[in-house]
Amino acid sequence: MSERITPILMPKWGLSMREGKLSAWHVEEGEVIAPGREIMDVETEKIANAVEAVDGGLLRRKVGKEGETYPVKALLGVLAEKDVAEAEIDAYVANFVTPVSGEDEEAAPTYLTVETPSGRLRYAERPGEGDPIVFIHGFGGDLNNWLFNIDAAAEHGPVYALDLPGHGGSTKTVAMPGLAGLAEAVTQFMDALKLKNANLVGHSLGGAIAMFIALHRKDLVRSLTLISSAGLGEEINADYIDGFVLAESRRDLKQPLQHLFANPDLVSRAMIEDLLKYKRLDGVPQALQGIAATVFPGGKQGDALAGDLAKASVPVQIIWGAKDAIIPAAHAKSVPRARVEIIEEAGHMAQMEAAGRVNELIRAQAH
Amino acid sequence: MARKLSVKSAINEALDQEMARDPTVIVMGEDIVGGTGSNGEIDAWGGALGVTKGLYAKHGNRMMDTPLSESAYIGAAIGAATCGLRPVAELMFVDFMGVCLDQIYNQAAKFRYMFGGKAETPLVIRAMCGAGFRAAAQHSQMLTPIFTHIPGLKVVCPSNAYDTKGLLIQSIRDNDPVIFLEHKNLYGHESDVPEELYAIPFGEANIVREGKHATIVTYGQTVHRSVDAANALAKEGVECEIIDLRTLSPIDMDTVLESVENTGRLVCVDEANPRCSIAADVSATVAQEAFKALKGPIQMVTAPHTPVPFSPVLEDLYVPSAESIAAAVRKTMAA
Repeated sequence: MSERITPILMPKWGLSMREGKLSAWHVEEGEVIAPGREIMDVETEKIANAVEAVDGGLLRRKVGKEGETYPVKALLGVLAEKDVAEAEIDAYVANFVTPVSGEDEEAAPTYLTVETPSGRLRYAERPGEGDPIVFIHGFGGDLNNWLFNIDAAAEHGPVYALDLPGHGGSTKTVAMPGLAGLAEAVTQFMDALKLKNANLVGHSLGGAIAMFIALHRKDLVRSLTLISSAGLGEEINADYIDGFVLAESRRDLKQPLQHLFANPDLVSRAMIEDLLKYKRLDGVPQALQGIAATVFPGGKQGDALAGDLAKASVPVQIIWGAKDAIIPAAHAKSVPRARVEIIEEAGHMAQMEAAGRVNELIRAQAH
Repeated sequence: MARKLSVKSAINEALDQEMARDPTVIVMGEDIVGGTGSNGEIDAWGGALGVTKGLYAKHGNRMMDTPLSESAYIGAAIGAATCGLRPVAELMFVDFMGVCLDQIYNQAAKFRYMFGGKAETPLVIRAMCGAGFRAAAQHSQMLTPIFTHIPGLKVVCPSNAYDTKGLLIQSIRDNDPVIFLEHKNLYGHESDVPEELYAIPFGEANIVREGKHATIVTYGQTVHRSVDAANALAKEGVECEIIDLRTLSPIDMDTVLESVENTGRLVCVDEANPRCSIAADVSATVAQEAFKALKGPIQMVTAPHTPVPFSPVLEDLYVPSAESIAAAVRKTMAA
């Protein structure tokens, strides 16, 4: 019976999400929904974001109520054709069983690690068909910066998101803290996993790393998507870098983090706590200081890649949040032949604040 | 990655990793090996509740069983600390500290001050604290206020496994004497704990839950009871902010004051006896520094001014409960 009925479920953003609050619906019963449309807002302990429809169809029933909290994979809505009887939908809703969190934990994707000459690197992987999509996060970030993008991208190719040396769950020893050394580590990662002809998606410092790889290992790269990328100009918000590196307490870290977003309310207690947990790990302060001193010497960006990139043959798209307070959006125009998209309502973290639009652009580049 | 560890295992891992990292770290106490010299010493017991089990096999004679004389081995640990080692002395129950109090508060706590900053005493004294274990009046006390009272001592009392590992590592690396109190009822409590080493700085409270109506300040076992109370109150539309102090000396009053400025209501929850308690201390500071922010009277939820009863029924009534905490929040909300 349920083949003609498609459920709308509470999404799972990142490995630690157990439940989410349905804060608002954006669609009405009786509307036809296209895949990718933002249908509701969901808030977790860590972050709030719009949920895009996975499947398209006629919304027959809103099961989830605004303001209520539901476990991951709980039934929030029902899509079905007009000729499906109300009674059939009633029965579907009544018989729906939310998988118990933990039960499917074993089957759910987990973090993986790979040994490279640069040390042990942590990554996440999603299977898919076609050329690989590789996500490279920025300074002080980790692969969870892509929590709204990884699953969406997996529809267009196998996805790999890694933690750079000194970051996340990867080695905290950064032997070569410069751009070349970090690019070398990513190259080693790609070689270890036999990834070639990849669509590289880099954010901030990760964008500069992606460019460096495209310039030096052309065989590895099919396209570049650069989000608020480093390497395209000299200016960077040095106060942010210093503030982030030096902060040891929640109070000291909150303000720098708020510079990352157009909407500072997105910086939640849990987000700050997660970052503090990372920054407290042995070796992390030294790793961050080493990288910052090498790639942002004297509070400026040390590597200019736009000129070389303009001459390279690889397709490039550049995405920037207009309200970026870390690296100015004006840098987006420094590669003349690149496709440029400025997103008005986003800051430095466009892949989180405007995940839907960024996912569309990643999709377009991967095809 | 998201690996769960109990508080007990987190203590073991912190000791193990710090001993591996720093050869000056030694561990001593009654039966912490538990079988030294016997045939079975590799499988030795590892202390009264098995917290240090397995460490003798890895670290050998840097794990030292001591005679049943707290005054002797705490004195020895303090002496070793002033001479360049980083001893971690396990004193089993905090209730037994009395017999070696001169060594602790009149010697270790005073050296840095009396020698003009030239002497350092990087010592950790670990001990179990708290009621609810059916261990009666002499093995169940929450004596945090006694040590918090003494300048020169640092006092730690974690509520979960993540904090336990990070605060114990910080305690070992700290150059002053630290009283590290472990609530015995929390030994089995699990949370996500990184495999890597990390240190949580002292004097940095944890905001366990955000809320705009009332601030609950607590530490140790009663953090969890406060969370239960807050969950019940949320159903009545009252959102509580819960602050876990984590370290009592130094104490993070900035976080407390900031919170009370927002909520206007304060409930201090402390498993210690009420007179001169952490609850009384926090209440007094808030009354002094943020009186204008208060919209209702400060409430204290503590144990009564009696020894811990042996009767299980009375012992359960003795420790602040989710119900008594919720009642205190309602009382200040009603004012």
